[in-house]
Amino acid sequence: MAPVLEARDVSKHFTVRSAVGSTSVVRAVEDATVALEPGEIVALVGESGSGKTTLARLLARFYEPTTGEIRLDGAPANGATRAYHRDVQLIFQDPFGSLNPLHRVRYNLERALRLHHGVRDKAERNRRVEELLERVSLTPVEQFIDKFPHELSGGQRQRVVIARALAVEPKVLLGDEPISMLDVSIRLEMLNLLNRLRTEDGLALLYITHDIASARYLCDRIVVMYAGRMVEGGPKEDVIANPRHPYTRLLIESSPDPARAVDDRAELFGAEAGELGEPPSLIDPPAGCRFHPRCPFAMDVCRTEAPPRTEFPNGQWTHCWLHEDEGEG
Amino acid sequence: MTETLPGTATDPAAAPRDVVLDVRGLDVEYATGDDPVRACVDVSFTLHRGEILGVAGESGSGKSTLITALTRLQRPPAVTSAGQLLYHPRDGGPPVDLVTLSGRELRRLRWTTLSIVLQSAMDALNPVMRVGAQFVDALRTHDRRLDKGAAWERAAELLGMVGVSADRARAYPHELSGGMRQRASIALALACRPDLVVMDEPTTAVDVVMQRQILAQVLRLRRELGFAVVFVTHDLSLLLELADRVAIMYAGRIVELGTSASLYAEPRHPYTRGLRDSFPPLRAPLRRLTGITGSPPDLRRPPSGCPFHPRCGQRFDGCDERLPVLRDIGGNDVACHLYPEGS
Repeated sequence: MAPVLEARDVSKHFTVRSAVGSTSVVRAVEDATVALEPGEIVALVGESGSGKTTLARLLARFYEPTTGEIRLDGAPANGATRAYHRDVQLIFQDPFGSLNPLHRVRYNLERALRLHHGVRDKAERNRRVEELLERVSLTPVEQFIDKFPHELSGGQRQRVVIARALAVEPKVLLGDEPISMLDVSIRLEMLNLLNRLRTEDGLALLYITHDIASARYLCDRIVVMYAGRMVEGGPKEDVIANPRHPYTRLLIESSPDPARAVDDRAELFGAEAGELGEPPSLIDPPAGCRFHPRCPFAMDVCRTEAPPRTEFPNGQWTHCWLHEDEGEG
Repeated sequence: MTETLPGTATDPAAAPRDVVLDVRGLDVEYATGDDPVRACVDVSFTLHRGEILGVAGESGSGKSTLITALTRLQRPPAVTSAGQLLYHPRDGGPPVDLVTLSGRELRRLRWTTLSIVLQSAMDALNPVMRVGAQFVDALRTHDRRLDKGAAWERAAELLGMVGVSADRARAYPHELSGGMRQRASIALALACRPDLVVMDEPTTAVDVVMQRQILAQVLRLRRELGFAVVFVTHDLSLLLELADRVAIMYAGRIVELGTSASLYAEPRHPYTRGLRDSFPPLRAPLRRLTGITGSPPDLRRPPSGCPFHPRCGQRFDGCDERLPVLRDIGGNDVACHLYPEGS
């Protein structure tokens, strides 16, 4: 199937001015390539500062890429037009900050209908708003439609945010940590809702998260970012069971997993953690592979040259010199 | 309320040992207006020396209120309205009730007996003081004979314990990375060798890789120094890996308390089970999970009977009328009507 939304080799550099007047460049995203097909959920996993939010904003065209190209339905996207946002909607992490607090749920949803679909008829607008609330399971509708955002819980608010995105009838949803500010017990409902939208509407979803376990639950494919670069990707079970990049391995080993055998657990916590370091500054990122200063397998070539992409028959790929001679090329 | 007993005897971590803190019937209220909000209700548990007790709960479960009550850091309108916090001194002396201590007596116990690690190290550390100087400050306040040079040496040593190089002692907090700051604040909490460290979401603000490193260090230091930890977080999957025993809080009450292994394998309370199943597995086969329907209750208007009944899939007649009490059910303490008296 042809991808509906695609980023091809996009980079985003921000120029920042320090207090003393000198400027420096933050290389937030470097040569990122990702494609979303209709009905597909891709998880973008990484730590803070890995560039995942910047990439989401590039895909939403909040930022113009420094280099590279965003393509919608196979054609290069130009500018952040209303037509573009009719197809691509972004959901933010914070449901408290993304609804207008002065207006009721009804207004927040109607506005999207009016602006994007020109629905002027009042009865028709009302019907559509009720339908949207039903789709995100805010029922009985009468209980929610005339509430102000502050009268709703975090989970209910995030549902309204999703309903508003759906009002536009987009082809792609970009979810930037859509559940991380919600209470633990209601996160699953939200993931199930997103999954249902994918199945019912054939929406493509980019699910951005730092939580690899929730990524596995929801997505089809995983893409791992580190320090602004994509380091690995592929079918989720392959990436989690058999990570090729040392950073992916570190990320998975570090994630909580109560099912781990007790022996592993003792070893994991008992082992001298050593100095594994922290992600590098993106103002002056390390040459070569950006993970090399923390990588236990770093070789000379890793310090000087960025690793090429190696693809494996199962659809997995990685940027790592360890796998240079493997895969399909 | 009956005193909380340690979990199954097969787990060495839960075998009866010296008690360091005995919390009995603790009530904390927010006295606002005519109806005080009861944020912690009848909370009882025992903490043993060197034990890590996890406290898990969602927003509004009372876990943060519990922390400020345990450490006596609460400010009005929060008031501890009932209960005892019995601290058993290392030397075997008679227990001291932290609730009734004066500010002056408390100050003597702070840091040497009881310390805290907060979620945001940036808020916990003084931004205009070098990191090392903050150690020196704490060390010399509690040991007046310690001279400055020795205190700086000790500061460097403490930072070294958590993997922060000694030369960083001269740095200001903003010059350290988030992970380093959090490690420094853990070292600072351990500076005067306390028996008990309360940790409030200490790794929530750092990434998973750093989280794992920090927790590995906490476990190593606990082995070496023998302090007990009350570790509070919303992340049950992390607690189940880290803690010896876990208390699950809901609407201000402990609804289940048991060893990590038993809570993971065989949670008794429907809320515990729901919470456990709210964390998708990392490796185990995937199945559809549902979380828990509804939202945590508003403590200003707590539900009648069992506070979990409006969200509970297994409720029956009476759950909305009678409040279940915490009782020993097969080794775990559980507050649920599914396990009737004498079962």
